[in-house]
Amino acid sequence: MTGHLQVLAQALQAGDRDRVEALTRAALARRTEPRDILSTLLAGMAVVGERFRDHEIFLPDVLLAARAMNAAMVLLKPLLVRDGIPTLGTIVLGTVAGDLHDVGKNLVGIMLSGAGFEVVDVGTDVPADRFVEAAVASGASVIGLSALLTTTMVNMQPVIDLIERRGLRGSVRTIVGGAPVTEAFAREVGADAYGFDAANAVQRVRALLDLP
Amino acid sequence: MRMMIDLTPGDVRPGRDAVLSRMGFGPGDAVPPGVDTLMARARELFEARAAPVALFDELSVGAFSDVYEGAGHNDAMTPLDEVYPRAEALALFAATLGRALDEAIRGLFDCGDPAVGYVLDVTAAAAAEQLAQVTADRFLEAVTRESAGATTLRALAYSPGYCGWHVSGQHALFERLRPRRIGIGLTAGALMDPVKSVSGVIVAGPHKAHTFRPTYAFCQTCATHTCRSRIASLRRPQR
Repeated sequence: MTGHLQVLAQALQAGDRDRVEALTRAALARRTEPRDILSTLLAGMAVVGERFRDHEIFLPDVLLAARAMNAAMVLLKPLLVRDGIPTLGTIVLGTVAGDLHDVGKNLVGIMLSGAGFEVVDVGTDVPADRFVEAAVASGASVIGLSALLTTTMVNMQPVIDLIERRGLRGSVRTIVGGAPVTEAFAREVGADAYGFDAANAVQRVRALLDLP
Repeated sequence: MRMMIDLTPGDVRPGRDAVLSRMGFGPGDAVPPGVDTLMARARELFEARAAPVALFDELSVGAFSDVYEGAGHNDAMTPLDEVYPRAEALALFAATLGRALDEAIRGLFDCGDPAVGYVLDVTAAAAAEQLAQVTADRFLEAVTRESAGATTLRALAYSPGYCGWHVSGQHALFERLRPRRIGIGLTAGALMDPVKSVSGVIVAGPHKAHTFRPTYAFCQTCATHTCRSRIASLRRPQR
């Protein structure tokens, strides 16, 4: 990594949005390849994720870094699309029917975006068919289901059942999470993975897609 | 006795330590300047958007027994089974920080400032907890005004969804309390709307009425054990 990209990675890890935006503009002005800038940012976010996982930093630090990453992505995204640079994959994310909580789901979405995934957020109180339609329309390989209540987490099952009935089980994987959800519950409803927090969800999605 | 209480954001504003603790910071952890800035911004938004209001309605032990039974999904043994029969006074309550705060949190996530959105959400969650206790304190004041012998009582709030009281119990609670007049609705899944709302029963009784051993089946998987600090808080002198 060259010097100016190292500085960019450091600014990202410090969560300095204005500096990341300025450094990204500067890197593009000196004709650095957008894919190289993206690699730098993803590597920086990976360090942030590891430090969070190891309890060296706290969630607000991660969100500041994610906000800085987003500022850079606004500049980079059109160029990456132009150059045909693919994302790591598309994830449909939503809170299941009957549940209006969205902060946990949003945090997972931010972490996945920061890790290089395309996130299609279908919102809250989402019925099973809307999850599946969104996955088909976007070509998503993973559906993430969130719930914060014991009374609503049961609505994860119809989504997984519908994926099965539509014959999508092999191509669309599922990950579930939320305060009342456990590994045992995930197994019970037939989910492919369980994420106990936002950082763990990213790791589990990577594993589902056989990414290093 | 049924009473609606208008409060100010200042009445329920959580302390700095309460917010930091919910974000995972321990007492000795250094707080980065960036996090301090987020907290200051979240505090400003909280003051501007929170509109706390509460409602309580006193009821007898027998009447509460019917509400608590709900749809029959509670755990076989719960702390409330021990606590509420010892109460000197009971009241159902519901309280909310208002819809504008929910919308502010959602707006921050939607417009690309999730860091402030998250800290505001954490601030609101801590404030909701404070709101439940402020409502309990107001009920206790009302009980004390009515009965000279009630000065040694302590009041704590207990909520569906915690400690074996199944969240579906919200339906029976809402049917009796009818908190729609303070702007709180309930979904079929027993979720309160606005989300930053609290409800439950306020138990006013002698200190020992609130004590129990946290050895229930669900205590083993409890991540917070807040019952310990709640019971400990009763040892402090009354305000």
